[in-house]
Amino acid sequence: MSEAAPTVDPARLAPGLVRGIGASERTPRWRPGLATGCALSELFASGRDASGAGLALALAQDALRMAVPDPAADMPDHRPFLWVQDKAALRLSGRPYLPGLPAEMRHRLIHVAATTPEDALFALEEGLRCRDLAFVIGEIAGNPRALDFTASRRLGLAAEKHGVPLWLIRLDAKHDLGASRMRWRVEAAPSPPPRWNAHAPGTTTWAAELFRAHTYQPGKWILRDDGPALVAQPYSNPATPDHGDLVHGAGDRSLAAF
Amino acid sequence: MAIWCTGLAIDRWRLSEGLARGQGADAEPLALIEDTAHGPRIAAANHAAQLAGAVPAMRLADARTLCPALGVRPADPAGDLALLESLALWSQRWGPWSALDPPDGLLIDTTGVAHLFGGERALLADAIHAFTRRGLGIRAALAPTAGAAWALAHFGPDAAIIAPADDPLRHLGDLPTAALRLDDDVILLLRRLGLKRLGDLHGLARDALARRFRNRRSAASNPLLRLDQLLGRLPEPLLPVISVTAPLVQRRLMEPIRHRILLDQVVTDLAGDMARLLEALGQGARRLELGMWKVDGEMAVRRLEMATATRDCAHICRLFATRLDDVDAGFGIELVRLRASWTEPLALAQVQLDAAAERHGTSLAACVDRLTVRLGPEAVRRPVPYASHLPERAQRWQPPLADLPSSQEELAFHHRPLKILDKAESVAVIYETPDGLPRRFRWRGEVHEIARAEGPERIAPEWWRERSTVRLRDYYRIEDATGRRYWIYRHGVIGDGRGGAPEWFIQGLFA
Repeated sequence: MSEAAPTVDPARLAPGLVRGIGASERTPRWRPGLATGCALSELFASGRDASGAGLALALAQDALRMAVPDPAADMPDHRPFLWVQDKAALRLSGRPYLPGLPAEMRHRLIHVAATTPEDALFALEEGLRCRDLAFVIGEIAGNPRALDFTASRRLGLAAEKHGVPLWLIRLDAKHDLGASRMRWRVEAAPSPPPRWNAHAPGTTTWAAELFRAHTYQPGKWILRDDGPALVAQPYSNPATPDHGDLVHGAGDRSLAAF
Repeated sequence: MAIWCTGLAIDRWRLSEGLARGQGADAEPLALIEDTAHGPRIAAANHAAQLAGAVPAMRLADARTLCPALGVRPADPAGDLALLESLALWSQRWGPWSALDPPDGLLIDTTGVAHLFGGERALLADAIHAFTRRGLGIRAALAPTAGAAWALAHFGPDAAIIAPADDPLRHLGDLPTAALRLDDDVILLLRRLGLKRLGDLHGLARDALARRFRNRRSAASNPLLRLDQLLGRLPEPLLPVISVTAPLVQRRLMEPIRHRILLDQVVTDLAGDMARLLEALGQGARRLELGMWKVDGEMAVRRLEMATATRDCAHICRLFATRLDDVDAGFGIELVRLRASWTEPLALAQVQLDAAAERHGTSLAACVDRLTVRLGPEAVRRPVPYASHLPERAQRWQPPLADLPSSQEELAFHHRPLKILDKAESVAVIYETPDGLPRRFRWRGEVHEIARAEGPERIAPEWWRERSTVRLRDYYRIEDATGRRYWIYRHGVIGDGRGGAPEWFIQGLFA
């Protein structure tokens, strides 16, 4: 036994993690177009609008664009993606509508309408095990008993093992225990006025707060799907006036965001 | 070549009784009868009965008055048809392509085959000899077209042959018009018109006949079409008889099994057998039926349908495993049988060189199968575009791996929402009457102040499929004060005469 098997150092950190003095400054900030490598992300959104699904699709597309293309592949990536909804989510926020999907994702959608959250979790896990899927979107309403920490961890492990990212949308849910590496809070934001008709709704805009992240500093952004890419602006609350050089109130934001 | 079994039903009855022609019970007058609304009717009669005056299509009561000694047996049309099918397969010894001509005929394509039998005359003699040895009385004929061969077999001289160079009408001109395979009423009409022979028909001007017989869909009611088919001017496709056997494997068990573990083992063995069988055939299974026969005479069947053809043993076992949970073994299962009732060609495929890809994850078809087995086929679908102006009709759902229907590229004039509600929900809206922009609306118990709106996009009802009282829709794309974007519509306009004040609905949610 001269060649020992490579031992796993228990103190070795996962890629992207920073430890030690000044770790909070050295931790990178998230921005769009970053290959995060995060397999399971959760987006907490309201069931009264489609901002959660919209941002999940935009982030998934962003991740697909950033993914390193397979040098041996001679075809563009046209793998389908799975969109799983449980019955409550379907009733609350409707089902995907083909003419409204982004043009390049339109013919790649496979939709699963599960009845119970248990069935939805089964479908999500089966989707994550499938090597022919580009990504999986799950939509689950509320905090069902089946979606506990164990189930969440199970999904995360499956996603990491098979390299299929999962974007889990939680409609009207409390921030319960979960194993996702990035947790977002999403809501709709007023859109910029379009060029030709200032009274019409403009480009899709979200206010997204990354409130738990494994390898990134938390923060809040105004995100906009600008056609070819996702664009981020720092969040400025239009409701609170600017107090000049006074310090902003921390509010419910994480202190690390400053 | 056309073959007409002159007495198929009677011959079949005689063969099943094991009698020679005119011997034993066949020497007595006998008729096969079928029950009709007007009492029993003779379907077929043997030679002795026909001599005594009982002919097919006669009522049994009438026949009994002519021949009181007439014996009766029930007719069996389904059995006759089954015999005819097996005869059609058997008669492929004279040609590669054979078709049924119900109720008692066969058509065989013998193009280019005659030299194997030593000429056409020898071929025909061989066919007649073979049928006669089986105890079946036939008349056969050979002709360049199926129609001509049929006419000769039914109405021509025995063992007639028309060579390709001959003029068919010279041989067929004297045959009655019934030789054209026409419906009874058309034959009656032709006879009333004085057209009794094929030669009479051919002598007439075509347009006179074309004016008289206008049904061009069914050849059986148009003598002109039949005449053209007979002369080879029109094609006449034949539906061939091809024997297909569903791959089937089974296990008889020495001891009846009552436990799930043992059943799983049996299913695994069967799936392995089936995979080998299908691989030898170059096929993959789309539908599988697992039948389990129990000791006490009950049986249980579990069916499985796959998204694509497969012969992956482990995949089949896994899909069946979820279906076997509710099988009641009773006193034990003694016979398990697996049958592939729907197969599709599946060529041998290269095993992936990249072993990691094989180890990691399932293929899309396997994933869809697993989802479908647990959630049902209605739950796993993909949307496809459909040509309709109405938003809820503009998408349809189909199985995920089915081919996309051809469709026109839709014009991207308008924004459409990312998600659509299954049923548009009613909302209370404050708007500028009669047809101005909405200002504020209340949905699911919450008031939304509308900050921006675009519209209306008017979508009229589809008049070609809906009633005239359906109201139009004016769609508005709106954004409320907090930036939430919706798609709402006003159902109708004030004063359109199709109901009272228009109602408002919310149908879609923008991202």
